[in-house]
Amino acid sequence: MSEIKKEQTTTHKIGIYLWIWGLLFVLSFFSYMVDWYQFQGLLRWSLILLFMFLKAGLIMAFFMHLFWERYALVNVLLWPMTAIACFVGLMVAEGKYTLFSRIFYFFVGGQ
Amino acid sequence: MSDPTIEGYKFKPGYSGMAADTASDQTMFKGVHWGKAMMWIFLLSDTFIFSCFLISYMKGRGSTPVEWPNPSEVFALNAFGVPVPLLLIAIMTFVLITSSGTMALAVKYGYERNRKMCGWLILATAFGGLTFVGMQAFEWSKLIHEGVRPWENPFGAPQFGSFFFMITGFHGTHVSIGVIFLFIYAYKTFAGHYDKGKRGWFTSMKGDYVEIEILGLYWHFVDLVWVFIFAFFYLW
Repeated sequence: MSEIKKEQTTTHKIGIYLWIWGLLFVLSFFSYMVDWYQFQGLLRWSLILLFMFLKAGLIMAFFMHLFWERYALVNVLLWPMTAIACFVGLMVAEGKYTLFSRIFYFFVGGQ
Repeated sequence: MSDPTIEGYKFKPGYSGMAADTASDQTMFKGVHWGKAMMWIFLLSDTFIFSCFLISYMKGRGSTPVEWPNPSEVFALNAFGVPVPLLLIAIMTFVLITSSGTMALAVKYGYERNRKMCGWLILATAFGGLTFVGMQAFEWSKLIHEGVRPWENPFGAPQFGSFFFMITGFHGTHVSIGVIFLFIYAYKTFAGHYDKGKRGWFTSMKGDYVEIEILGLYWHFVDLVWVFIFAFFYLW
């Protein structure tokens, strides 16, 4: 059985790994440049998020081979992460509310 | 990486394939080694843990009226007398990406049954991880020396220290465990355990190069988590 399996395992060309590797370096360099040039506000966090998701996507798709896996596995992995994204959204709102009530009761007082 | 063929089962692509796989009354992840499926499930649960840390950090930072320490100043390092922002963190990021690349190549050469090349690349990955942990220890001792504690720090909001030590500490633990396993697997590869199909210590499973891919998944995950920590903790 193992003999047959060995024959069946195909690998990908080395070029694709080297390309992804190079891209990861470039993207890391870019995200470091965001800090280097001290971008602020909307530009800063949109660039940080863009480079972050690109890097994470490249690592998962090609280094972790998800691009070549069947949808049964891919979907089991990616949908829970969507739930995490919802959780992040909830906690952003919650954090804002906490900050608001802290400042509000600081000025207005208890009671 | 899995290009499965199962006798008497027709593989369909895309979402109809997913429905068929899931409803086949057999194994759901067709052509995926059980060890690989279990590693993915473990990584998913690990994702939840890291998400909890990062989300609580986000909420803690977002809900304090006290000024948050500026990470690009806190983590600046003097190079030739000039403070360079995030210098050490940038180097750590590049080291971890380098080791991720060598791991990806190790998996490829493993499947091509190139034992020596696979072993050397795993060893290179292990040394990359070791360098990363070393630099993290340096960073920790530097910050502790400057008076950063889980309950206070001289730069701003006191929560900074607890989140920093918790998140980078938990990530560093993952890297350290990964390094230990990389050394073990480098030995096993050089010793030819995957060519001969030698059984492992905790399992009766026959050794196979798929184990290198499973180890690779863990290592890439560690790199993946660092991508998020780098973005949210150091750059934000």
